[in-house]
Amino acid sequence: MQATETTTRATSLTIDGTDVTVPEGTTIWEAARQLGIEIPVLCHDPRLRPVGVCRMCVVDVGERVLAASCVRQCADGMSVVTQSDKLDRCRATLTGLLMSDYPDESRRQVTTADDQLLELAERYGIERGKSALPRGNGRPDDLSSPVIAVDHSACILCDKCIRACNEIQHNDVIGRTGKGYGTRIGFDLDNPMGQSTCVACGECASVCPTGALTNVQLTAPLRPRSALTSVDSLCPYCGVGCTITYHIDPEENTVVYADGRESPGSQERLCVKGRYGFDYSRHPQRLTMPLIRREEFYPKGALSSDVRGARGARRRKKPGGLVDYDEVMPAFREASWDEALDLVAGRLKEIKDTHGSSALAGFGSAKCSNEEAYLFQKLVRAAFGTNNVDHCTRLCHASSVAALLETIGSGAVTNTFGDVGNADVALVAGSNTTANHPVAATFIKDAVHNGTTLIVIDARETGIARHAHHFLQIEPSSDVALYNAMMQVMIEEDLVNHDYIRDFTEGFEELREVVRSYTPEAAERVCGVSADKIREIARVFARAKSALIFWGMGISQHTTGADNARCLISLALLTGNVGRPGTGLHPLRGQNNVQGASDAGLIPMMYPDYQSVADEKVQAKFEKAWGIPLDPKPGLTVVEIIGGALSKEIRGMYMMGENPFLSDPNTNKVRKALAALDFLCVQDIFLTETAEFADVILPASSFFEKTGTFTNTDRRVQVGRKALSSPGEARLDWEIVCDVARRMGYPMAYDSTEEIFEEFTALAPSYAGLTHENLQPTGKLWPCPDPETGDGIQILFGDGFPTPSGRGKFVAAQHQPPAELPDAEYPFVLNTGRLLEHWHTGTMTRRSRALDAIQPQAFCEMHPEDLAELGVETGEPVHLATRRGSIVLAVRASTATPRGNVFLPFHFREAPANILTHDKLDPFGKIPEFKFSAVKVEKAEAASA
Amino acid sequence: MSERKLHPAVAGAQPMYRAENDPDAPLFEGAYKQRFDDILTRYPDKRAAILPVLAMCQELRGWISSETIERVAELLDLTPAYVLSITSFYTMFRPQPVGKYLIQVCTSIGCDLCGAENVVEKLLAATGTRTGEISEDGLYTVIEVECLGACGFATVVQVNERVYESVKTETVTRLLEELR
Ligand code: SF4
Ligand code: SF4
Ligand code: FES
Ligand code: FES
Repeated sequence: MQATETTTRATSLTIDGTDVTVPEGTTIWEAARQLGIEIPVLCHDPRLRPVGVCRMCVVDVGERVLAASCVRQCADGMSVVTQSDKLDRCRATLTGLLMSDYPDESRRQVTTADDQLLELAERYGIERGKSALPRGNGRPDDLSSPVIAVDHSACILCDKCIRACNEIQHNDVIGRTGKGYGTRIGFDLDNPMGQSTCVACGECASVCPTGALTNVQLTAPLRPRSALTSVDSLCPYCGVGCTITYHIDPEENTVVYADGRESPGSQERLCVKGRYGFDYSRHPQRLTMPLIRREEFYPKGALSSDVRGARGARRRKKPGGLVDYDEVMPAFREASWDEALDLVAGRLKEIKDTHGSSALAGFGSAKCSNEEAYLFQKLVRAAFGTNNVDHCTRLCHASSVAALLETIGSGAVTNTFGDVGNADVALVAGSNTTANHPVAATFIKDAVHNGTTLIVIDARETGIARHAHHFLQIEPSSDVALYNAMMQVMIEEDLVNHDYIRDFTEGFEELREVVRSYTPEAAERVCGVSADKIREIARVFARAKSALIFWGMGISQHTTGADNARCLISLALLTGNVGRPGTGLHPLRGQNNVQGASDAGLIPMMYPDYQSVADEKVQAKFEKAWGIPLDPKPGLTVVEIIGGALSKEIRGMYMMGENPFLSDPNTNKVRKALAALDFLCVQDIFLTETAEFADVILPASSFFEKTGTFTNTDRRVQVGRKALSSPGEARLDWEIVCDVARRMGYPMAYDSTEEIFEEFTALAPSYAGLTHENLQPTGKLWPCPDPETGDGIQILFGDGFPTPSGRGKFVAAQHQPPAELPDAEYPFVLNTGRLLEHWHTGTMTRRSRALDAIQPQAFCEMHPEDLAELGVETGEPVHLATRRGSIVLAVRASTATPRGNVFLPFHFREAPANILTHDKLDPFGKIPEFKFSAVKVEKAEAASA
Repeated sequence: MSERKLHPAVAGAQPMYRAENDPDAPLFEGAYKQRFDDILTRYPDKRAAILPVLAMCQELRGWISSETIERVAELLDLTPAYVLSITSFYTMFRPQPVGKYLIQVCTSIGCDLCGAENVVEKLLAATGTRTGEISEDGLYTVIEVECLGACGFATVVQVNERVYESVKTETVTRLLEELR
């Protein structure tokens, strides 16, 4: 669904004797391509603005001089010749000139073999080193980036990398330096690439037509695509769900390199994680055998000094980035699958028989496929007999989903991120988009360049804020006050959309009453943004012809998370910004399958597709489908289950791919809870911190080793395909789940993930009609009424909402302070978050060579003035302490973090952020307040003395 | 060197090299801020103002530092890499600090035939520097430049804004004395 098409005139011409009609403004190159005529290019790529600097694409248009077809527009009656002796001579001479200075060996030639200049040289029979021209431009190599090798001598100055960096990724790193023969590309102020502001997205290397910018070898030696096997799949990391072609070395059983793949969502773009973070799956620490805890290691407790606690960590012998297997492995012995599975099923059954089903619980994962998530919740519900099943969505968007379900009856996005291109105004709230959804961020940046007004509201000055027309740096946790004030202004100045409110919403009067007292002046005192600015933003937003709202963890991870989300939803409803192109609500989903894992029912109060467990009709439907009586009582959520473990309400747990030791709030409590469990089974690809508390550890498969569907932040259901085989005796997750169910006495048998998907889609109306087959090659959005031909519905709710009344509901919220306010003893605000290069608890990314090389060390960020007051230099260690615990790590000065705040990435096990966080929950979404705790900061020596 | 009064319409043609350059002078303050604002009014967009803005910075500080590049990029909504592409393309922008007198010797073909190389050598010896360096007393920097457009009077030497014609090795000492 695009905005209304503008009528363009058509142009008719002939190319190589064939008549063709194209829209006015089409270039000759593009028109020829549509006819299947290939014109050689070097400096051109259809994704980039043509510049016409290399002249390889010249064609004869009957003029005195040849025309560069990549820039020359078609004209009526034009007669174009793309192949002739004259043209060949011209292209050959050009190739010869470029080759005269070309290095003897191009990295691309010996690696990926897609050096376009060498291909042309071959075509025109140009031999290297045969030219009479002076040779050797003496330009150097730059090997400072961990992922991209630069050979300036192979650069032909086509500007493609510059345009790719600026126009596709909007990172603006590369330029040209110098003039004449001395010209070369330069990063920032001609710094080495590895020390520039480059974010290693690899877009420049992917477009480079020669061997000047090439991928660095990360696993097996880079070889030509033709010598490798290609698999069309997805990125295993974030909810953007970029499509990727992996190039595999089957003998080495490894991905060698990755290319972005064309799809409606990511359009070939990737970020550093997707392009270079694939090698974790072959890390030597992969689990390859089932493991059973040895007798001597009971009673259970943490095994490594890191997991034992802060004091232990200081005695750490090895660098703390990875679990020290030497410390942990002796506690386990290898076992056969039979023995391990019998033990798991037997112990879980025993607990169920003695303490009842509700003493069991399971954590699934948003890293697993829809099929795995569906099966896992079926295991817990049908075989365990309880609804105590949850997963990490609880920790990221549970509050957003709760608010969305309550107000508009659906927890998913109402529009895709790519539609930001049609938005008059885009609002990005509490989302560090460039780090956490990097490829989605490129489309927001695209939109800004094409005229969309960008408003960014955040406590930190994030990367996306630098692209904003309006950046509102609010006090942490003051969101409700700000949005209420914006709505107050809109109502007061009569900028609201009366027709929309009348036709599609309910509860407006209540909202008006609540926001009445939130004058901009009152809000100014709470959120630190001037009343004038609040008025201005309210007007900009309300007057937008179309406005799209994105939000992230900065909104959801608060005890007021649901309130924050309700306010954003109200903003959209008040201004009628749902259901049209360029409008909508888009909570950016974190994990690659957060949307899908929730859709598939990894939620304690919902069966697949958000069908309530408390609804008798629904219960009957699932009982019939699964052939077993089901528990009508909603289950416990993540943090409640951990609390339940501590109080012995929960005794047995099964974790599939989750690492709550690092991901859940208040680590010291989690540690006690995990140790208190009678039985814990952990199914994972590495021995995680959580696995130290396990009785049995089952070796699972990584993303690359299985086929399944994943639903991205846009609701796009896409197929991830098996590219590698699993190491040792590691097995597919769904097979393990089936085996456990069977051994617990509940039959589960499938031949393939397709079959599981079929069962799931039959029970989930939103997925109706989708099959693995019709989802190839680039997936479909759910709901998809015409799965054989259509791409699914992009924009939802143009004609009402799936609520009982069919209307969207305004749910007003009052501003409330966060749960733990700073005081004299703990004066700083602690805000946890993520970095571009790492993923959550680091299990994968710390084991990725490139990603860990770029960001190897734990650190926190503070404002330079705060550091000066504390007498700490950037890079020095600080001691962070809250009421729950303390950690020591390096601090970096950054003005992005406001004064009085500490920003702490939570990826680093050697300085685990959640030692510090508290576990107060949002009452609606049951999400913890990761974004706000009171913390004390001291120079490290002083603290440890 | 005396300050020329510029008509606003030709303010782009500023003195690129002034003896009074001060590498630590604050950028874009006072009169220079005023001039910056004036320059912006003359162009359809900020990017187009880049050459006169850079020239103004060099006039003030004598050279274009990384800091200058970053400031200019920020003020003109450009990337630092883009600004560097401009400053490194136009050789009249100096990438290093210079002495009070920037001595530019033409070594293009005309002057070269008439002994420009020797003039350069003599100048370097007399100032005790290598090309591009600042002499110990902070007074001189000698560089080679392309044709200065006065080929009939080779060897041509330009010191800051002033052109000296028919310079010979014998007249080098006098030239330096005159400057001092
Ligand atoms: S890797 Fe990405 S950010 Fe870095 S220079 Fe290339 S395109 Fe720009
Ligand atoms: S943006 Fe997300 S899905 Fe895309 S490559 Fe990066 S991590 Fe992967
Ligand atoms: S491809 Fe057209 S000029 Fe380079
Ligand atoms: S050659 Fe020296 S001024 Fe032209």
